[in-house]
Amino acid sequence: MTVVVESLRSVLLSNGLVAAFAFVGVTVWLSYLVSDRLTRGRVHGSAIAILIGLVLAYAGGVATGGDHGVADIDVLAGVGLLGGAMIRDLAIIATAFGVHLSEIRKAGAGAVVGLLTGVLGSFAVGATVAWLFGYTDPVSMTTIGAGAATYIVGPVTGTALGATSDVVALSIAAGLVKSMLVMTTTPFVARHIGLDNPRSALVFGGLMGTTSGVAGGLAATDEKLVPYGAMTATFYTGLGCLLGPSIVFVTIRAFFG
Amino acid sequence: MGDNAVVIYGVALLSGCMIAGVFCGELLGELIGVRANVGGVGIAMLLLILAADRLQGQGRLKPISRQGIVFWSSIYIPVVVAMAASQNVLAAVEGGPAALLAGFLAVGVGFALVPAISRVGRSEKVESKEDGP
Repeated sequence: MTVVVESLRSVLLSNGLVAAFAFVGVTVWLSYLVSDRLTRGRVHGSAIAILIGLVLAYAGGVATGGDHGVADIDVLAGVGLLGGAMIRDLAIIATAFGVHLSEIRKAGAGAVVGLLTGVLGSFAVGATVAWLFGYTDPVSMTTIGAGAATYIVGPVTGTALGATSDVVALSIAAGLVKSMLVMTTTPFVARHIGLDNPRSALVFGGLMGTTSGVAGGLAATDEKLVPYGAMTATFYTGLGCLLGPSIVFVTIRAFFG
Repeated sequence: MGDNAVVIYGVALLSGCMIAGVFCGELLGELIGVRANVGGVGIAMLLLILAADRLQGQGRLKPISRQGIVFWSSIYIPVVVAMAASQNVLAAVEGGPAALLAGFLAVGVGFALVPAISRVGRSEKVESKEDGP
């Protein structure tokens, strides 16, 4: 028996990416089954698949103590490659095939306004929450505000400003919470905020900014909207890293320094 | 050489756009002095849209080459599921009330602003059309 288990293990270990395709395929199949049978198609199969993915990631984190969810379990390491930045970005870019340039031109101004409002608004919200919880120095307020932008802007800003490691960790956690909330709640909120056309998707991507959150949230809402949201979202993190340690920090310091 | 060989042209076009776009994003980040890629994926998407538009106009992007791009765009949802499964959910849950509240409010404010800003874009669009040449 142990021979069988050991052989299977070694096959899975040496074919990580292929094992990941099979693993994700089964997860998606189960999710669509649940969507059909239990919710009568009311909750999109992709939304359920993403939710199952997050739950499995939590279980993986508890089981291994690692940072990469399921991917820290050695036989499932390929899931990390399949869902990692390289393949994810390739797939996101591929969704742009078939996008109409005219739609992007139409929403250009709205997308830029959305980006600026999204970045500055997240800083404001995050810094306020930081202040409420007793982090009243400008460096911590800016860093936690940066985390409310995305979990990349947080540590980049924190490192630039010399924030303490617990504050940086908190900023990453805030960004992760945001990303996961966007992934799971977008399909339920979409109808109420008019998120059903390319124009509002471009604005939505700029306002939220978390590429993973926007990518997952729109996938579960309407696949056709993914490229529009993803396109503006990819400018968000760069903009946040630019504004955080500079304009935002100087402004916060002027008021709370 | 069989026709199937040209599927790689589509994949190569997609990959070339990604490398070029991410490269531009890195340069842009260096240029403005931030340690992050600025819009690399977005630039790559624009490149792909422009390249595909041009090639299709000339009739040089054959349906079989197109399949090389369409495959990757249709594998998108499984990739996102794999991405969700490899997130650090534990850290998000253990971040405590401050992290939860900051994330929660940031998302709430974002959702609330979508309708208003979608409208801003629309009115400016009309104006720019009137001003435009």
